[in-house]
Amino acid sequence: MFNVARTALLALRRDRAAFVLSFILPLAFFSIFAVIFGGMHDSTPRINVILVDEDKSESSRDLVRSLSHESSLSIATHPAPAGKSAPTPPDYTAATAEAAVKAGDAPVALVIPRGFGQHPIGFGPDSEAAPIQLLNDSSDIIAPQIVTGLLQKAAMTAMPAAMAQEGMKYSERYIGTLTTAQRAQMQSNIDALKQLQSSGEDSLSSGAGGAFSGGIIAVKARSVVGENKHNSMISFYAAAIGVMFLLFTASASSGALLDEAESGTLDRVLSSRITMTRLLAGKLFFNTLFAFAQLVAMFLYGWAVFKLDFFNHLGGFTVMGLATAFAVAAFGMLLASACHTRAQLGALSTLLILIMSSVGGSMFPRYLMPPAMQKAGLLTLNAWAIDGFNKVFWYELPLWDLRNQVGVLLASGIVLFLVARRIARRWEYV
Amino acid sequence: MTPSKTVIEPGSTPASGSALPLRVNSLAKRFGQTVALDGVSLEVRVGECVGFLGPNGAGKSTLIRSIVGRVLPDSGSVEVFGLPAGSSGARMALGWIPQELALYPRITVRENLACFGRYFGLSRSKLNESVAWCLNWAALEDKSSELCKNLSGGMKRRLNMAAGLIHRPRIVLMDEPTVGVDPQSRNRIFEMIESLRSEGTAIVYTTHYMEEAERLCDRIAIIDHGKVIAHGTKESLVRGVFGQRSQVLARFSGAPSEIAAWTEARGGHLVDSAAEFTIEQSSQIGLLLDNAASAGLVLEDVLIRRPNLESVFLHLTGRELRD
Repeated sequence: MFNVARTALLALRRDRAAFVLSFILPLAFFSIFAVIFGGMHDSTPRINVILVDEDKSESSRDLVRSLSHESSLSIATHPAPAGKSAPTPPDYTAATAEAAVKAGDAPVALVIPRGFGQHPIGFGPDSEAAPIQLLNDSSDIIAPQIVTGLLQKAAMTAMPAAMAQEGMKYSERYIGTLTTAQRAQMQSNIDALKQLQSSGEDSLSSGAGGAFSGGIIAVKARSVVGENKHNSMISFYAAAIGVMFLLFTASASSGALLDEAESGTLDRVLSSRITMTRLLAGKLFFNTLFAFAQLVAMFLYGWAVFKLDFFNHLGGFTVMGLATAFAVAAFGMLLASACHTRAQLGALSTLLILIMSSVGGSMFPRYLMPPAMQKAGLLTLNAWAIDGFNKVFWYELPLWDLRNQVGVLLASGIVLFLVARRIARRWEYV
Repeated sequence: MTPSKTVIEPGSTPASGSALPLRVNSLAKRFGQTVALDGVSLEVRVGECVGFLGPNGAGKSTLIRSIVGRVLPDSGSVEVFGLPAGSSGARMALGWIPQELALYPRITVRENLACFGRYFGLSRSKLNESVAWCLNWAALEDKSSELCKNLSGGMKRRLNMAAGLIHRPRIVLMDEPTVGVDPQSRNRIFEMIESLRSEGTAIVYTTHYMEEAERLCDRIAIIDHGKVIAHGTKESLVRGVFGQRSQVLARFSGAPSEIAAWTEARGGHLVDSAAEFTIEQSSQIGLLLDNAASAGLVLEDVLIRRPNLESVFLHLTGRELRD
C-alpha cells in the first residue's frame, strides 16, 4: 500500500506545475469567496439609482439630497461623461431615465414628478400626493425593494417640516379645526424644522428613520424591462453556465494539441504543407464552431424546457455566440500551448476557469458583488459574454448596442490567439 | 572506410535532371554543449536505399529531422531535389515515416490517410487515388474502416508508413519502421519497401537491426558522435575494417570469470558468453585453442566466420553501453 502511495507521490512531484496548482486552486477559491461574501472588502455593494427631479421644489431637493447621502445608494442625476475632459451631459429626464434602465445602466430610476412639493407626504388612500415613479428592471428583484424602503426613510428624515404640515392638514380634516393658538404653535415648530432642514445637517439623513415604516411617500412602481418575461434568470444562467462550460470544453479540446505533440503527430503534420499558424488557426476555427454549437444546444434547451424566447433573438444570439465562442476557443488555445502536459492543462484550466467564472458572474450575478469585484469581473471573458447575452435576451437592445461586448471579446480572442501562436514556436523548430 | 566529411557514393541510377534526391552539405547542430551533428555531408541518388546506422544518441534522429526541416542547423545545408529543406517543394518531394506511431487513434484507417493527404494539399481525385494506392501498398484494404486504435501493432506500423507516402514522395525517410513488430509483419514491411524501391523511390533507412540494413540498403552510413564515421556498401565496409581477417567464436565450459580473464588477455571480447577473436590466418586457430587448453579451459564449440555488418558496427562504435 505504501509503495503504491510512494509511486503516486513521485509521479506527482515530477509534474511540479500540477503539484503546485493542486494546492493553489483551493486557496484561490477560498480567497475569492471570502472577498465576495466574507466582508474583507471596504465597500458594501451599492445600488445604482438614476434620479430625475422634475419638481425642483424645496421638498424634492431635500429628498434628493437625503437620498444622495445614503451609503447603500449610488445616485446619478445625469449620464457619466464620455471622457475625463468631456462636458457633463444634461440631467436625465423621465424618458432618458427609462431608456437607461432599459439599457441596463441601472436597475432602478426614480422620477419625482411636478407637483410633488405641494403634497410630498400622503397618509391614507385619499392622499393628494403626486406619486414618485419607480422604474425598475425586473431581473433585479432586490434593488426596487431596498430603494423603496430608503425612499420612505429619506422622507422621514429629510422632510420633517413637510410631514408635520401635511399631518396638521390631515388632523384638521379628520378631527376638526385647530385653535388659533394651536395653529400658531404648530407653525412655529414647522418653521423650526424647516430651519433645521435648510442647515443641511446630516442628522436629517441619518436620523431614527428605522423607527418609522410605511408608505408616507406615494410610490408608483413600474417594471420597464422584463415585465412580460417568463423568468428573469433563465437567459442569465443560459449565458452564465454556458460560457463557463464553453471555457472548459475549449480547453479540453485544445488539449488535443498536447496529445499530438506527445505522439509525434504534430511533427508529422508540420512536415507537410501545414504551418504552425495554419494548424493553430484550423484548430481555433473548429473549436469556435464547436463552442458555438454548444451554445446553440444550451439555448435551444432553454427554449424547449424553460420557455426562453430564443427564436426572437436569433440575430443578437448569433453575434454574441460567435464572438464568445471565438474568445473562449482562443483562450483554450493559449492554455494548451502554454502547458507541457495534460495534467498541467487540467490543473491550470480548472484554476483559471473557476476563478474567471466566479469573478465574471457565471456563478452568481455580478451586481451582487462589491464594486471592486464587479470591476475585476471585467477582466474576464465571462463578464463580457454574460453582459452581451443579457443585452440580447433581457434588455432586447439592438445589435449596435453589443459593440462593446463583441469588440472586447473579439479583441481578446485575437490577442489570446497571437500569444498562443508565439508560445507555440517551441514546437516549430529545434 | 573514410573519415568524417564523407560523400556517399552515387548509386546506379542518375538523378532526374541535375538535382539529387538528397544532398546534405557540412551539416552541424549543437544542443547546448552537446554536439549533435558535426559536419555531416552525404548524397542519396534516385532509386538508392541508404541506411543510417548508429548507436543511440549518435545523431541519426537530428540528421533525419534536419532533412525534414524540423531542426534548424547551425551551419550547413540540406537540399531535396535541389530545394532547401523545409521549403514547400522539398516537403512535397519528401516523405517522412517517424519511429513513433504518428497517427490519429480515434479515426479510421482511411480517414487517417485522407487527413494527411489533405495536409499535403491533394485534390479530391488525387486523394482518392492515393488513399487507394496506400491501402493496397500497406495491405490494409480490408481494414480501411477500422479505427486506428483497434489495429494490431503490425497494422499500425504499416499505416504509419502509408501515411508518410500519401503524397507519393520521390524520397522517403524511414526511421526504424519495424520497431516492435512480429517477423511476419516485418517481412511484409520489407516487401513494401522493396516495392517502393522497384518504382525508383529513393530511401533513407535508419535501423538498429543489422540484418535489415544488409537486406535493404545499397549503401550504409555509420554515424557516431554526430559524424559519418564510415560509409559504403556492406562489403566495402567489412573489407575496410577487417581486410581479409576472420572471426573466431569459441565457447568454453568453466568459471565465467576465468573465461573472461583469459579472453581479455588474448585480445578478444566476450559476446554472449562466447570468446570472440579476430584472426589474420586460419593457422592462428590452433594456437588459440592450445592456449585455452593449457589455461584449463574446456572447449565446447568453435565457429569461424567472415565479419559481418554487426562486427563492423561494434568495431567502429565500441561495445560500451550507450544511453
